[in-house]
Amino acid sequence: MHYHLTDLYRLQPSFLHRLDPRVKLLAAFGYILAVSLTPEGTWWAFAFFFLLLLLATFLTRLGIFFTIRRSFIVLPFVLAALAVPFTSPGQVIWRIPGLNWGVSEPGLIRFLSILARSWLAVQAAILLTAVTQFQDLLWALGSLRFPRVLVSTIGFMYRYLFVLADEATRMMRARASRSARVPGSRRRSLLWQGKAAGAMVGSLFLRAIERSERVYAAMLSRGYDGQMRSLTHFHMRAKDWISLVTVGLLLIVPLSVDWMV
Amino acid sequence: MLFSLNEMHIPDGFLSTPVAIVGWALAFVFISVAIRQTKNQLGDRQVPLMGILAAFIFAAQAINFPIAAGTSGHLLGGALAAILLGPWAATLIMTAVIAMQGLLFQDGGLLVMGWNIINMGVLTAFVGYATYSFVRRVTGDSTRSRLAAAFTGAWLSVEVAALATALQLAVSGTSPIQLGLPAMAGVHALIGVGEGLITVGALVLLQKASNGLLVEGENAPGRRSANIIAAGLLVALVVALFSPLASASPDGLEFVAEQNGFLDRALDPTYSILPDYTVPFIANPVLTTIVAVALGTLLVFVVAWFVGRNTTRSEAAGD
Amino acid sequence: MHHTIEVRDLQFTYPDGRAALRGVSFYIAPGEKVALVGPNGAGKSTLMLHLNGILRDRGEVRVCGTLVEEHTLGEIRSSVGLVFQDPDDQLFSPTVFDDVAFGPLYMGLPEADVRARVQRALEAVELRGYSDRVCHHLSGGEKKRVAIATVLSMDPEILVLDEPTAGLDPRARRSLIHLLHDLPQTMLVSTHDIPMVAELFERTVVIDEGEIVYDGSTQSLMTNRDLLAQHGLEAP
Repeated sequence: MHYHLTDLYRLQPSFLHRLDPRVKLLAAFGYILAVSLTPEGTWWAFAFFFLLLLLATFLTRLGIFFTIRRSFIVLPFVLAALAVPFTSPGQVIWRIPGLNWGVSEPGLIRFLSILARSWLAVQAAILLTAVTQFQDLLWALGSLRFPRVLVSTIGFMYRYLFVLADEATRMMRARASRSARVPGSRRRSLLWQGKAAGAMVGSLFLRAIERSERVYAAMLSRGYDGQMRSLTHFHMRAKDWISLVTVGLLLIVPLSVDWMV
Repeated sequence: MLFSLNEMHIPDGFLSTPVAIVGWALAFVFISVAIRQTKNQLGDRQVPLMGILAAFIFAAQAINFPIAAGTSGHLLGGALAAILLGPWAATLIMTAVIAMQGLLFQDGGLLVMGWNIINMGVLTAFVGYATYSFVRRVTGDSTRSRLAAAFTGAWLSVEVAALATALQLAVSGTSPIQLGLPAMAGVHALIGVGEGLITVGALVLLQKASNGLLVEGENAPGRRSANIIAAGLLVALVVALFSPLASASPDGLEFVAEQNGFLDRALDPTYSILPDYTVPFIANPVLTTIVAVALGTLLVFVVAWFVGRNTTRSEAAGD
Repeated sequence: MHHTIEVRDLQFTYPDGRAALRGVSFYIAPGEKVALVGPNGAGKSTLMLHLNGILRDRGEVRVCGTLVEEHTLGEIRSSVGLVFQDPDDQLFSPTVFDDVAFGPLYMGLPEADVRARVQRALEAVELRGYSDRVCHHLSGGEKKRVAIATVLSMDPEILVLDEPTAGLDPRARRSLIHLLHDLPQTMLVSTHDIPMVAELFERTVVIDEGEIVYDGSTQSLMTNRDLLAQHGLEAP
């Protein structure tokens, strides 16, 4: 039985899959940055970025709706920005019937821009994960000068994620199996439930600590000296450089055109 | 399936670019120090231990308990990690968790990850730890006092993270501070209770299973500086909340008031919506929230203390 | 009394598409003790998780006459006790007492009743006096027995155990076999321990690749070398 964490990586013999992970990482991050820098209301720029995204998705051979389908994860957070249309000064263009709250034009523009940025950014992140194996992504981070210790730590975490998540799942199943309801009985208090959940967490912690001791012993037995080493697996080829530069130029286009206007 | 059950992971697009970049800069500083401190603390155990414990936090965040009508309480974990291992180890662990959640599951954005790390990693760890240390210094070292201190620390850690998130949203113009702050503080006051309960439950078990473990965090490196850092962060947060930065659009709510007209007509002229210190504090949401959180912390501690007393008494009398 | 398990055409597919159960049906009569054997990955654990409603897909499961559905789960879980393979997954409370008391406490029973049940359960697994012990420090055999106690304290009519003797030394194993022999509940036990099957269970169900390939007398099964070999089993 496994914890069903849906790892988004999809193996495909596509152009994007075969690019150097550093290029993909930089492209994705650059895309998110570019979208973030796009001024409010420049809809054509957002449209351009969307087309760029579709093109990239097309190049992955994962189906053009791949990222769109998974992009609604940002939806809950939209609530945070819901006040924007009502609290930005400007011309009121619509009122909520009954409540009489007015939506202003600048407010609406800003709200929709936030949505657009958020929606585009998350899809770029989804695409990145779908075409890059996680270990390669970590390697790319290390190669781009992210702190090695952090990258190695995340690597270890990834390795043991499923193991520990499985333990947690099985613990919760064991608890569910002992969570019976006899008709007419009182429900247990919040306090009791919370402490029981806490005990499970504590238990998991102990097992994790002990596991880490065993893993450490195994590492020492194979000569571990505190330094995480790995073989370089990726080298930038011509097509990686070309892709990187192309993406860079494409991202700059909408931003620079606006400035000239 | 939702991988993170706490909606504090800010997605990309909700913070302005300059704000996001500042977040990364800050996060980078804390991460660097955390790496160095934990290296001193753990030696070559650092990577495997921190990595596996990061996996632990991730898995632990999935453990829930039902509250009411389909909602459940969860652990964020920064405070617990800090109490057990010290604030710097906790920072590193939570950073790994947040990075993984953003990179692998798109829970939390990439550009805004700096602030997510600060909110859910640094702030929770330091506020949790400092509160735990401080309360224990005041109330002594009995089991009851430790548990009450831990509960308070965990609760406050969640509150402060929420306040910081509201601040970042306000400065970015995404959510006016006067609405966002009370909303975040209010919702997370409840979520914080869940955090407190689970944290205490974990410590109760760990206390019984292995007395030595609880001492580890207390002897962690930087424990003295941790309190200073925590204090500094809190002060910075509160100052920022009152600064013009936060009320980026003070005209916003006035605009609303104008639209609705009746507010100006019906209310006493002294009830203005603009933050104004000469006005009765009920009308200033930011001040009210801060005061409420401070009072809430005190209340939380008192309740935890008394409930803890009952629990430990019955446990002693029982088996 | 109705202490029965009735499974009809149970099918289960994992989210990633793997078919774990392909139409499993059987009936266990009151008081019967049945062994469930088969190679790893055959679907034993998956099947067991259906018996208290943790997994549900297609097909029907009736426990003590009650259909396993969303709104009957609370009742089902007081009738059937599921003991998992890894005791560490089930011992998640600070002390032995807390863990064994979890089930009855959750059911909302009064304190005196809970205490009595804990005592009885610990005695049944021969761990009287272990109340205050910390689960974490117990031996493998002791943990397995505590895990069984955590379920016994709920007074279930049916017990389902997943690999109870796995990882035990000969002495602990012998002790556990005695325990299983003495417990009065209707029982379904999944195991690789063929000698134990031959010793304790008159009826064996063999499952392979999600289907039942044999359901009948243990004795006949043990002499059928072809069938055993076909499904990765060895004669005792």
